[in-house]
Amino acid sequence: MLTIKRVPTVVSNYQEDAGEPLGCGRNCLGKCCLPVSKLPLYAYVADAEKEPSSDFLLNSLLLGQWEERMGRGLFRYDVTACETKVIPGDSGFVAQLNEGRHLKKRPTEFRVDRVLQPFDPAKFNFTKIGQEEVLFRFEAGRGDKAYFSESSSLDRNISPNVVAINVSPIEYGHVLLIPRVLDCLPQRIDAQSFLLALNFAAETANPYFRLGYNSLGAFATINHLHFQAYYLSVPFPVEKAQTQNIPLVEDAAKSSVRVSKLINYPVRGLVFEGGNSLKDLGDVVANACICLQDNNIPFNVLISDSGRRIFLFPQCYAEKQALHEVSQELLDTQVNPAVWEIGGHMVLKRKKDYEEASEDYAWRLLAEVSLSEERFEEVNAYIFEATGLVETEVDKKKDAKESGASYESTMAPHFPEGCLVLQ
Amino acid sequence: MGSNSVRDRLVDQSLTSRYSQWVLEALDELEDPFLITDPAIAGHPIVFASRGFLAMTGYAFGEVLGRNGRIFQGPATDRRSVMEIREAIREERTVQISILNYRKDGTPHWILFHMCPIFGAEDGRVLHFVAVQVPISKRRSRCGVERCGAVLGTCREEVRLDKDLDCSHHAREVFVDMDSRGLEAKEPQMAGDQEKEKAANAINCILSALNRYSKMTGRVVCGKRCGSAGSGVASLPSSLNISLGRIKQSFVLTDPHSPDMPIVYASDAFLSLTGYSRQEVLGRNCRFLNGPGTDYEVLKEIKKSIHGQQSCTVRLLNYRKDGSSFRNLLHISPVRNASGKIAFYVCVQMDESSKNIDNGLSPEMWQLGAVGAVKVAVRSLSSSAGPSRPSQ
Repeated sequence: MLTIKRVPTVVSNYQEDAGEPLGCGRNCLGKCCLPVSKLPLYAYVADAEKEPSSDFLLNSLLLGQWEERMGRGLFRYDVTACETKVIPGDSGFVAQLNEGRHLKKRPTEFRVDRVLQPFDPAKFNFTKIGQEEVLFRFEAGRGDKAYFSESSSLDRNISPNVVAINVSPIEYGHVLLIPRVLDCLPQRIDAQSFLLALNFAAETANPYFRLGYNSLGAFATINHLHFQAYYLSVPFPVEKAQTQNIPLVEDAAKSSVRVSKLINYPVRGLVFEGGNSLKDLGDVVANACICLQDNNIPFNVLISDSGRRIFLFPQCYAEKQALHEVSQELLDTQVNPAVWEIGGHMVLKRKKDYEEASEDYAWRLLAEVSLSEERFEEVNAYIFEATGLVETEVDKKKDAKESGASYESTMAPHFPEGCLVLQ
Repeated sequence: MGSNSVRDRLVDQSLTSRYSQWVLEALDELEDPFLITDPAIAGHPIVFASRGFLAMTGYAFGEVLGRNGRIFQGPATDRRSVMEIREAIREERTVQISILNYRKDGTPHWILFHMCPIFGAEDGRVLHFVAVQVPISKRRSRCGVERCGAVLGTCREEVRLDKDLDCSHHAREVFVDMDSRGLEAKEPQMAGDQEKEKAANAINCILSALNRYSKMTGRVVCGKRCGSAGSGVASLPSSLNISLGRIKQSFVLTDPHSPDMPIVYASDAFLSLTGYSRQEVLGRNCRFLNGPGTDYEVLKEIKKSIHGQQSCTVRLLNYRKDGSSFRNLLHISPVRNASGKIAFYVCVQMDESSKNIDNGLSPEMWQLGAVGAVKVAVRSLSSSAGPSRPSQ
């Protein structure tokens, strides 16, 4: 069994009360309290032909609720008071100085060699959080228009999807999307939950609101199914990275999903976009994730561009760390490369690291996360088989030839800057 | 007066107020497909579409005016390319990119999209973006000649010499390439030198026209940021303007670092609520909303909160431009930028008597939603952001 020691950040004010559940009257999210509670409800339209909503309602709801919780003092610190900057360089890595995010306590041991582990009700999970940390429910509505209801009772037979705050936010608006909280699903992707996450991204219709997922072994610390999300008004470096399209044989790609791979980025990954519908796109990616889970390969998923662009990163950092293969210098910065870090957003806890943060450091850290080229191609083969996508023969041969190619090539500039001063 | 009609008026006057009435005629004479957009209006709408653009895409002028450019994107449009354009807008710089767009009838076509910002000469603010869209022909052209641009009289080309525009523009092609409809349209088409040259020439002609007509109003523009940050009111970078423009609630941003804490941004909804125009409120302190019935104690409470860098919610009587009063549920909050320090205060107003929130959110939640959206937008602003940033 491979484990690493790290100090987890807490996502809930109830997380540190490990041990005895306080019994009820605590207004938690367990089967004791939730079914007789009322929560705000946002109902989205689960429709194949989704037009991006322009009325900004979900954003106002999420941000308004979040700001209200700030006023109530539920967060461990004011994240907007943390200095942040874009590191100079072509990639535009974003660094934040946040000395208060990590707890000052003894590190906990995490198992990193099993991506699928059964749910353990004795450990912290989201049924134990207080209802004040829940902002609203997010469910598929029956009508043809999205709506919001301030106070809605729970249906006895439905396990609700809830959106809760992360009390140690990385950025403003940092929330957790917890599908079917009462079902106590372990941290593993399934098609239905993944589609819920895509709908959440699509419903905000905001390119600066991203969702992320970390599998066990890829720095998820809570084994209860959840996605994270927050707003950042600049592009993530991975969103700007060049991609190379992987041409697919026409008849296999019935879903019209397009796949490409990242080039000139320190972490190897796949990018999925297109699809005849959100569901088609979601199913392809979910199948890819399930394949990785079944093969015990840890991975991270970044949902960007309002659910239209999805990045999948198989990774191996935790394993390397457990096998003592990561340099001490990188370990000392205590950055655990989960989905946000891989995307290019890093929270640094020491002022020295923040001030000296360079593109070179970010690149070196993330390069440790990436699978090697050979391993990546192997993993891709599993993924393509599992999703029913078939690469065209020509490119398979070309890829094999190029697999030895270095990733040092610079981006071809295609922004000619004309000086158009007219008198 | 609803905020929609405020917006419609702004869209209609966007060009004429800056470049005079005559600019529309001049732009109408240009053959190339292009759009002009105004980032200071909520939603960053199209304020002009050339005849060539409408012919190329099959839309009517009224169908695109006031809409955002994303309506021409579709399912096969590469998302990364969309992001590149979005980022060029946010960073106020030129971009030239091949991208798949869609006509009104739903057919996709490849265009070379070349966009550049237009700056006001006196304050360096971005006033408009001009986007030329050159259709990309298939690599094997009918004539078998790559660079047809400089050759006169070849088949399928129309050559015009337009003396009115003063530019040495010798040949322009206006043709619709029937071959690229449907079929291989989804395979990436790269623009060649011919298309790039066409785009650059077109941009020059448009800028030339805008520059000339801007002199008529005395408010000159240029294609490169040449002014320094403004006298009087600090102007916000257009990236912030665009983000703030998405927020539907009535609010203003005030600058606590300038004397008397002036308004540096006012939303359309604020202008509708109070009856003032944007010019009338920018640079002024919010106290012009107060009047004889305004409770002095409440004003003291506001002042105390601001001094303490705290947020507060108060109710007070405020006055519109026409003298009528309304009960204002006012929420004020400090807003920090990337440095972590306070950059602005946001003040969100709500007329308590109006029942126009029909989306289910409580008034308080609706207001806080605006606060949150402002905080997200300002959070990424570095302290040195602003018109003084050099264009790349």
